[in-house]
Amino acid sequence: MSINLLLAATMLLNFMLVATSRVNKAIQLAAIQGTVLALILLLMHEHWAFHVVLMALSAVAIKSVVIPLLLTRAQARLKVIQEPPPYIGYTLSILLSALGTGLAFLLARRLPLQAGVLGTLFVPASLTTLFTGFLILTTRRRALTQVVGYLVLENGVYLFSLLLVKNMPLLVETGVLLDLVVGIFVMGIVINHIQQAFDSQDTQRLAHLRD
Amino acid sequence: MYLALINLPLLAALLVWFMKPGIRRARVLPIFGSLHLALVIVALTTTYRLRPDAWFRLDPLGGWILLTVSVLFLICAFYAPAYLALRPERDYAVFGVCMLGFLSMASLTATSRHPGVLWVGMEAMTLMTTPLIYYNHNKRSLEATWKFLMLGSVGLALALLGTFFIAYAADLGGLGEPLYFDRLIANAHRLPATWLKAGFVLVLVGYGTKMGLAPMHTWKPDAYGETPGIVGTILAGGVTSCAFLALCRMYSVVAAAGQGPFARGLLIAMGLLSMSWACVFMIRQTDLRRLLAYSSVEHVGILAFGIGIGGAATRFALYHVTANALVKIVLFLASGNIVRCYSSHGVQAISGAFRRAPISAWLFLLGFIAITCSPPFAPFVAIFGISSAAIQGGHPAAGAAFLILLALLFIAMGSVILPVLQGIPSRTRVRTPYKDTVGTTAPVAVALLLALVLGLWLPRPLDNLLTRAAMLVEGPR
Repeated sequence: MSINLLLAATMLLNFMLVATSRVNKAIQLAAIQGTVLALILLLMHEHWAFHVVLMALSAVAIKSVVIPLLLTRAQARLKVIQEPPPYIGYTLSILLSALGTGLAFLLARRLPLQAGVLGTLFVPASLTTLFTGFLILTTRRRALTQVVGYLVLENGVYLFSLLLVKNMPLLVETGVLLDLVVGIFVMGIVINHIQQAFDSQDTQRLAHLRD
Repeated sequence: MYLALINLPLLAALLVWFMKPGIRRARVLPIFGSLHLALVIVALTTTYRLRPDAWFRLDPLGGWILLTVSVLFLICAFYAPAYLALRPERDYAVFGVCMLGFLSMASLTATSRHPGVLWVGMEAMTLMTTPLIYYNHNKRSLEATWKFLMLGSVGLALALLGTFFIAYAADLGGLGEPLYFDRLIANAHRLPATWLKAGFVLVLVGYGTKMGLAPMHTWKPDAYGETPGIVGTILAGGVTSCAFLALCRMYSVVAAAGQGPFARGLLIAMGLLSMSWACVFMIRQTDLRRLLAYSSVEHVGILAFGIGIGGAATRFALYHVTANALVKIVLFLASGNIVRCYSSHGVQAISGAFRRAPISAWLFLLGFIAITCSPPFAPFVAIFGISSAAIQGGHPAAGAAFLILLALLFIAMGSVILPVLQGIPSRTRVRTPYKDTVGTTAPVAVALLLALVLGLWLPRPLDNLLTRAAMLVEGPR
């Protein structure tokens, strides 16, 4: 039952992420979501084996500490904290994500689940988080906010992978987390170059290449 | 043995990193490229008794793709020193490390038996190629890098979710770890169809983004347009081939579970869409490199179409991976020389390349003839095989559309390329000291020769390898 509560919290965080216009707050919300995911992972197991605790700890360390710190540091070097107006307004974005949530529930009902997880919100929560990440990624103009979107998207994928946690080896799980870190690290470097070259992070300026 | 395929390039990358700055860093590439190719050939010709729990293995399908990528890398490696000598302002370390890192990750992708490891390989390959796209260090290449990185990362996230969906299907079917592809295929009938279908759609979108299938190809013209020809070759012939391999592996699981018709329908639709999209954007294209990018969209479309037709066409689709890679070397490197010669990739600025850089221009013309699938080059054989399999195999309408699109693409590409080559060089053009040398043209000529030989004669061992690789995709009939 408490797992369902946490899954609902993840979905609530999604709405808050879509609604916020401040980059710092978006980073914090994504970090909180990472911790919630780690809690879900712990609650799924009755016995906390060593590798389960290790996985939860590494998820918290990477999703809630390392990456948010990296992003906040990148943010601190800039003067502006307000996001330039997104391609789709905030109200419309919230409406879209509500629609996405509804669709995710419909879609999830068509997918057969294992007996143990029947009725839990795993699949809809995972799909909505994925959708939220995608929405942020495509509608926000600042490079840094887009990276937050990518982080949320990965949270959605991670949430689904929790269904497999008992049967997937550690190798794949660490692979996912490792790639997330390195991926965002590379993105951070590129953002830095964008900042230097354009004196801004507005990706609208990245529009020279077209047919 | 198989680990050596992955580790040798990594070792070379370390070596390049710690070497003294200078052109010697570039000379490491051909040495290790040759060693890698030799290792691939040894691995393919000898048989090993493998432990059933081995994580890496070179099966015919992975072997065929890795052989292609290794040859492609070797030719690029021989081209690299001469090219880099023309760009003394750039640091060679990052270039060398990323090229070798790409080769290592290609080996990882080709030899992995596990969908998760395969995905890790593809992701690491994306990160390795990102600094290569930023090679020119200007605003335009930065924009291209950002688009490549974001789109590629999102695509790979979707591919990962798709992989998890298929793993969950295996879980429901009572299959535990390790989820090797051969185990998944052998027990495919136990996997629930809904999860498999949903998983395949996600994987198709995800790896399709890396391949550059329309409509997820939007990073491609930007990335190819702003990188040197040598990086374009690696992307168009190497990364796309590995992404195609990943897609083939997933397809083979879905097909073994009896969901082949569903997957094939999607592949045919995506293939034809990519070809039509490429055709529209090739007409009146004003940038030589972007033209080649759309040509790459066209050819990954042909690959998807070939797998979608299935049966005899699968074999020709795999054959086309190699044909496409070889001809892409010719096109990208020869056009790279021409672009260097005119210091611009706008079509308006380039004319009379036959006079200014005759060898590169002739190679480019022959490459154009080959890539538009004219005989006697290898792509013609592939196209002939795929289209006849489509018409005989119950897809006459799709086969006809395929042939009409190819004809249109020939006209579209020719109308842009011929004015570049013919005529007299403009008097107002930027003067550059570039001249065709052995170093910048001989590797290109070798690639063209290979494409020609492969079109006329497929040696028996390669023929066997190809047949067995196609059987792995299609499953025993």
